[in-house]
Amino acid sequence: MRSNFLMKKRLYSGGILLVLVLLAFGAASMTEFSLAKCFSSIPKAIVWSLGNFYPVADSFAKLPDILAKLQETLLISIASASVAAIFALVFALIGSRVTKINNFLATLSRLIANIFRNIDVSIWALVLLFSFGQSSLTGYFALFVASFGFLTRAFMETIDEVGADTVEALRATGANFFSIVFQAVIPMSVSQLISWVLFMIETNIRAATLVGILTGSGIGFVFDLYYKKMDYHSASLVVLSIVLSILLIEQISNYVRRVML
Amino acid sequence: MAMTKTAGPVLTNGGVPPFQEGRIKIRVLSKANIAIRLTMLILAVLTIVGFATFNYQGVHLLKGLMSTLANFKTIFFQPQFAHFTLLEAIYQLFITLSLGVLTTLIGAIIALFLGMLAAENLSNKTVSNSIKGFVAVIRAVPTVLWVLIFAVSAGLGSVAAVIGMSFHSISYLTKAYSESFEELNQGTIEALEGCGASWWQIVCQAVLPSSLTSLISWTFIRFEINFGVSVAMGAAAGAGGIGYDMFMDSAFYYNLHEMGVITYLILIVAMLLEFMSIKIKNKVRA
Amino acid sequence: MTTLLQFKNVSKQYGNSTVALSDVNFSVNEGELVSIIGPSGAGKSTLLRCINRLIDATSGEIIFDGADMLKINKKHDLRALRTKIGMIFQNYNLVERLSVFENVLHGRLGYKSALVGALGLYNENEKKQAIKIIQSLGLNEQVYKRCDQLSGGQKQRVGIARALVQEPRVLLADEPIASLDPNSSKVIMDHLKNICTTLGITVLVNLHQLDVALNYSDRIIGISGGRVVYDGLPANLTDEDIRRIYGSDPEALNLIIQKPKEVAQKI
Repeated sequence: MRSNFLMKKRLYSGGILLVLVLLAFGAASMTEFSLAKCFSSIPKAIVWSLGNFYPVADSFAKLPDILAKLQETLLISIASASVAAIFALVFALIGSRVTKINNFLATLSRLIANIFRNIDVSIWALVLLFSFGQSSLTGYFALFVASFGFLTRAFMETIDEVGADTVEALRATGANFFSIVFQAVIPMSVSQLISWVLFMIETNIRAATLVGILTGSGIGFVFDLYYKKMDYHSASLVVLSIVLSILLIEQISNYVRRVML
Repeated sequence: MAMTKTAGPVLTNGGVPPFQEGRIKIRVLSKANIAIRLTMLILAVLTIVGFATFNYQGVHLLKGLMSTLANFKTIFFQPQFAHFTLLEAIYQLFITLSLGVLTTLIGAIIALFLGMLAAENLSNKTVSNSIKGFVAVIRAVPTVLWVLIFAVSAGLGSVAAVIGMSFHSISYLTKAYSESFEELNQGTIEALEGCGASWWQIVCQAVLPSSLTSLISWTFIRFEINFGVSVAMGAAAGAGGIGYDMFMDSAFYYNLHEMGVITYLILIVAMLLEFMSIKIKNKVRA
Repeated sequence: MTTLLQFKNVSKQYGNSTVALSDVNFSVNEGELVSIIGPSGAGKSTLLRCINRLIDATSGEIIFDGADMLKINKKHDLRALRTKIGMIFQNYNLVERLSVFENVLHGRLGYKSALVGALGLYNENEKKQAIKIIQSLGLNEQVYKRCDQLSGGQKQRVGIARALVQEPRVLLADEPIASLDPNSSKVIMDHLKNICTTLGITVLVNLHQLDVALNYSDRIIGISGGRVVYDGLPANLTDEDIRRIYGSDPEALNLIIQKPKEVAQKI
């Protein structure tokens, strides 16, 4: 009996492992991925980076340019997350179980948020490129749409979690919808909502780099420029500036989160 | 009950004569409330500064929005193939999914070890903190930059893409795994230590079995994210797959109809993956 | 004595099969403290929530202060009636991040328009009244404290204060002491009794502790399986009645019957 049980367990684990290995092989052959090349290219990349991928005196001359674009990217990330948060709050209030006005609107709002969330930010950028070209607005709207989708869901879950009891109590006092929202739902959830917005800003800065490369704007564009010119020293300075600003913003948000709660 | 704000605007209150705000104060500003208001204020100011300083390149906002709406209409209501067939599109979709699978698997294997070292109950504080710090720095470099940096020596293609994309997967999963490990009861570990079990025995007999379900759940959630990432890398960093087709349609063919088809395909897969990961999450929680 | 609240053939069904209330009839006089007792899942919470329409009954009539609650269709009218019905909850249902004062003032929101309510503007009379009520419940020291810093008993007193600033005709209490220790429970029940006798506000309280119900109520309504199986004075409640209310689990019954009767007799 006992050995049988252990045997079954081993067979089960073995089966899962086999499936995963087959999946990996299938995926590797689909994409012409070779593990050997993977292993050989890592040391090569390290050697190359140590030899080329660091800023030199020359690249620091480009720092003002880089910082200007970095500032633009940071502002785009913040603006898109902040404006999206306002829209997301409205949709979350309509879509949340606790505060919904009626089932039809709730479902509709969930559906819209779902569509916006599940289409990657890169696709939005490519679509918006048609209308807004290489301006900051392309990046802004792409990040706005993606932030809106994500924040709506995050806000909805926060409100669902936090609100039910208090909303019931205020409804019992005869309070109207707006009183309930502004006097109970928002005070209860505001610190978590802001925490989500801060998280979104961090995410947006990373995504802004990608969007910039795709659409030719912001910090991503500068990186792409130096990268394609094979000016890797300057490109590394761009990466460094992105890393430092992301780490800085992370520190700030962690501090704000601690104080808010 | 100190005096506060002086008379505000005169408001009427359902037949009661107009009253002045003030006298008895209602709120006391706590540190938390100040932080909340200050944060909102700063975000609002930065948003306005942003809009004032954006590089508009002469693009008209309203016109742009109108034409975007028209484009959305084309994409969502008139999707149509032009340069490839449904079969080819699905093939490309599988390439994108495959990139996601490889990235997730590689990330999971490496993160499993890093996660054990980062879990405070399985490791010591110094090691744990240095791994957590290391992982945070990795995450600060956007994925697309990891891919492009590797592409210099490995060439554009699946190898650079998978390596580059693995960094964020490793970082994400290390954090998630280590937190799952830390949920394990300290008593269990001590009991096994008391029996003379070695570190590896404890890991294999207690830690892994008890956290297995949550590891699986996290891994699948990361796979869901990686699908989106590999679409993006196909478009921006030559990783191939459906993202690359999307990029060609946008940058070279200017074909919104075909972008519509691709958008729908991606949307379907993404929603399917999300549905599955919610199912898995609920199962794990229960 | 005038009748303030009357249930006529009230039923509540969830979906097609689950019956929460079936054919409930009773009436409550002005100034009475009535306990509703019964095992968990008997329909006590549903019954209370039907009164202020947090839950809509499926059929029947609920006459409150001369008007049939179930016939009110306009949101505005419903809100106006709800201001006359205070409610307190097992889990207090406060906005924990706000101060005691703000939470108590929430009781005035039902009297306000959307804008004034949303902005949280209250006039001096309302504030003075709120302070007076807070003081009468022994919370003077806590006025500006955040509610998440209070003990359970204090939170429930804030809940009571919030209901009282509504200037209600009736107070509905849904398991008000189920999450409290015995001392705090006694404080809360004393306050409820006091509200009933000195302010003349009718109190309807859901309880699962029989001893408390016997000590404090003017009348007891026993519910089982969504039906009223007892309606009368606490003194007339027989072991047989209790068995009808709580079912026939002998051990649970022994506990319920023996102890409370002893306690009740001592007092």
